Amino acid sequence: MAFGPYFLLASLEGLVTAAVLALTALGLSLVFGVMRVVNVAHGEFFMLGAVLAWAVSTAFAGHPSVGFVAALFVAPLVVGGAALLSERLVLRRLGYDPEATIVATIGMLYIIQQLALTFYGADARPVQAPFNVRIQLPWFGYSGYKLFVIVAAIVLILAAWFVLTRTKIGLVMRATQYDRETAQAFGIPVDRVYAGVFALGAMLAAVAAVLIVPIQQAHYLMGRDPLLLSFIVVIIGGLGSLRGTVIAALLIGLSDGIISVFFSPTLAKMLATGLVAMVLVFRPQGLFGVPAR
Amino acid sequence: MADVLTLSAVDAYYGEVQVLRGFDLSLAKGEVLCLLGRNGAGKTTALKAIMGLVAVRGGTIMKDGTDLSKLAPHEVPKAGVAYVPQGRRLFSELTVAENLEIGLMARGKGRVTREAVLDLFPVLRERLSQRSGTLSGGEQQMLAMARALCIEPDVLLLDEPTEGLMPSMIARIRETVAGLRERGVSTILVEQRVDAVLSLADRVAFIENGQNRETVDVEKVRADPAYVHRYVGVG
Ligand SMILES: Nc1ncnc2c1ncn2[C@@H]1O[C@H](COP(=O)(O)OP(=O)(O)OP(=O)(O)O)[C@@H](O)[C@H]1O
Ligand SMILES: [Mg+2]
Repeated sequence: MAFGPYFLLASLEGLVTAAVLALTALGLSLVFGVMRVVNVAHGEFFMLGAVLAWAVSTAFAGHPSVGFVAALFVAPLVVGGAALLSERLVLRRLGYDPEATIVATIGMLYIIQQLALTFYGADARPVQAPFNVRIQLPWFGYSGYKLFVIVAAIVLILAAWFVLTRTKIGLVMRATQYDRETAQAFGIPVDRVYAGVFALGAMLAAVAAVLIVPIQQAHYLMGRDPLLLSFIVVIIGGLGSLRGTVIAALLIGLSDGIISVFFSPTLAKMLATGLVAMVLVFRPQGLFGVPAR
Repeated sequence: MADVLTLSAVDAYYGEVQVLRGFDLSLAKGEVLCLLGRNGAGKTTALKAIMGLVAVRGGTIMKDGTDLSKLAPHEVPKAGVAYVPQGRRLFSELTVAENLEIGLMARGKGRVTREAVLDLFPVLRERLSQRSGTLSGGEQQMLAMARALCIEPDVLLLDEPTEGLMPSMIARIRETVAGLRERGVSTILVEQRVDAVLSLADRVAFIENGQNRETVDVEKVRADPAYVHRYVGVG
């Protein structure tokens, strides 16, 4: 077996996984970091994004790119709206209590899943990629769309980084994350920040789903794996640390791609789980996290 | 003198636990009012009640005709009340500049305010891009004061600002408070160090068991050490 081509292919597949995972996990990490809410329904926001992408893209007749671009905007906005609503109706009423919100978001998970089953059905449905180009690499041609997914994720993560570190909104979010009470004493409307962060977190999952759905079909149960992997990434990377999230997503995505190709997907999952256990034992705040106040 | 802040019969709770019981306090314009009392007497809670950071279930906290206890916590600083919490509570992961920026944003202040505040604490100017958690204790306290002053408050709440500082730094903080009084800022100062209180305060309120037992002019306290003895147990 020639090593080079397999390695390149595995790395590329791993990068696609990592790209989508980084976006999804970033959403979970933000919510977890700023609000101290473990959003068990995060994967369902991902699923909702994928299902909406299918709905929007099939509503447009012309070239697949038209429907896709529409989905890229509409799906995250609708999902963000749904998240905002659930934040107002559920999380806020629980006072963001860490334990109560776990139970509540488990409930949200089933509600969203059943709504999707009712209105979308049990079928897995494909969404056409916006374009169909093969890029010729040294040993083989590779999907241009997959490369686009990697680039799009990088752009979105850079945008998130810019907002978090270089804008007033980001400053307000970080201040809320580090010390909620003192933030309030300095005029920061913490409950509005929470609402915004929860919506933003869901939107990141939704946009990741729109990106993946031309590669992997939309299905009402598709939220489970992204949820589990996002948790793994957040635990390894550290609470609310953007850098940690990206690095952990790369680690998990790439190792998953490479180990799956050369050994077995099961080994890849075992190693990821083992890594989580190690991190939890030896560095519970994550590789890049800061212990919270 | 006109009062800028009046607490009347305030009941404050942590969850179901009542800490302030019918707490009364009035702060006159341009005065430094000290809260003295034993550990756990409720001094910090009194300041938090003003800031809306504990549940106030009875009484009123009036400032300029507004009942602060009816406002959302984030609206209190916009009413001109600034808070320097016990233990400073800087956003230690953020830089000095970012901590100041948060203070400025609270009431939409800008560069002019920032420069004026930095002129008061020139050391901070050299450390603007340093993570605030890495400042020395004294610098951290100055930043906590500076962040609060970015609000351009007319009421300043200081919770043990000299805790753990060396004498030169304490003098520095004291000067700053005295300077603010000159400019008409009214200050509530929580202190453990009686000497600091006596040299700076206009009046002293003795807090015990979540109540204000009595508020007296500082001369009376100076003349009669029994006050301090009775409420603080040292002196
Ligand atoms: N978060 C909290 N939850 C429950 N009880 C609290 C909480 N914070 C303070 N208390 C209680 O409220 C009472 C008053 O506390 P407070 O912090 O106001 O005292 P203090 O006068 O500032 O004391 P110190 O001089 O030690 O700072 C204490 O009995 C304390 O145990
Ligand atoms: Mg205290």
